[in-house]
Amino acid sequence: MRRLIYVQRLGVFVMKKWRCLVCDFVYDEAKGVPEEGIAPGTKWEDVPENWTCPDCGAGKSDFQMVEVD
Amino acid sequence: MSTVTIQESGWTDKKRYLWLLGIAAMGLPYYGYLIAQATHWSIFYWFTPLFIYFLIPMLDNVIGEDEANPPDSAMAALNADRYYRWAVAASIPAQYAVLAWGAYTALTGDLRWYEALGLFFSIGWTSGLAINVAHELGHQTSPLERWLAKIALAPAMYGHFYVEHNRGHHVRVATPEDPATSRFGETFYEFLPRCVIGSVASAWEIEKTRLARQGKSVWHWSNDNLQAWALSLVVIAAMTVWLGWMAIPFVILQGLFGGSLLEVVNYLEHYGLRRQKLADGRYERCQPHHSWNSNHLATNVFLYHLQRHSDHHANPTRSFQTLRNFDNVPRLPNGYGGMILLAYLPPLWFRVMNPRVVAHFGGDMARANIKPSIREQVLAQYGRATA
Repeated sequence: MRRLIYVQRLGVFVMKKWRCLVCDFVYDEAKGVPEEGIAPGTKWEDVPENWTCPDCGAGKSDFQMVEVD
Repeated sequence: MSTVTIQESGWTDKKRYLWLLGIAAMGLPYYGYLIAQATHWSIFYWFTPLFIYFLIPMLDNVIGEDEANPPDSAMAALNADRYYRWAVAASIPAQYAVLAWGAYTALTGDLRWYEALGLFFSIGWTSGLAINVAHELGHQTSPLERWLAKIALAPAMYGHFYVEHNRGHHVRVATPEDPATSRFGETFYEFLPRCVIGSVASAWEIEKTRLARQGKSVWHWSNDNLQAWALSLVVIAAMTVWLGWMAIPFVILQGLFGGSLLEVVNYLEHYGLRRQKLADGRYERCQPHHSWNSNHLATNVFLYHLQRHSDHHANPTRSFQTLRNFDNVPRLPNGYGGMILLAYLPPLWFRVMNPRVVAHFGGDMARANIKPSIREQVLAQYGRATA
């Protein structure tokens, strides 16, 4: 699994990816979706609950964390 | 997640039991056969296409539109109610039973050629209807329903749809790059080959990319296209073993006919509509105004609210019973039942729909999705928006 290790003052955390179960769009925590106001580094749980997949409109509950890449 | 049940919210779904008509619809070829036997009128072997092409449009006109939406308080419970998922899946055994019976009767019964032909088209129609069943099932995320989607697609020889619809069409909808979005000025007969070839090619590429990402060959058994096509081969093989070599053209051709029915529905759903490109070159998100809609109840019942197309694109995994009507979205003048007849006759289609597309864009046809070979002519004719 590819990781981006991001060192912060508080410690180390790992950036994860979440894939849309409908259309395969990947939300990468490291990249965010800046054009929609979600900054790079935004963790999945911090993405607004009403955010939907930019490609197909599926909701957050239809995403699954990527286990292996 | 709301814990209010549908009953507690005080609202009941008036259409709850109407949805079972989708299962009953699979039996149309058989009902026609029974009526033909009783009346000795061969025309009733053609009952299914007559029902779809004449009776449904008449019912749409007589019964009219149903604009009712469930109240917000009932939405979560309604979406979670498993009854509706069963109502869809239960059509699959009916579909297969009618396919088996229909092929058997057409190929081994003592039918006149025009009776067998009527039965052939009728069976093809049920395969086409089953693609819509597969559409509903394939949009869910449970492995069981997704498998059932492939099974429902198999008789229509339409397995690529499983891949291309969610991961191709829903991503590229209402753009010139989508093979399943029809263009202003394009006839259904031009759209059909473009859509089929483009969709199959796209489905192949999508799986190739997905498998490569997993380090697998495109020929790996987990290729969804190969699985879905294998199911079609199983259907053909089983029918051939049972009924002989004539089953091969019968099953394949009725499937292709069924597929063409889905394609004519594709043709109506986004005709001429186009998402605009943003400053960074990406397309805007799909909005409600990027789909043509209809609320005609008769067709909606047989197609599981497919006509509430804007809400479907906004909420692709939402179960059909909760799809809502929106005001101020592009509206078709009739249900899909009547509109597909227009689509088969391009001069009529253009006469009815082209003004609607122009009106939708307020005359600014630069924003429309136009058949490339006529684009300059259309822009010259309509100009740009004056406002």
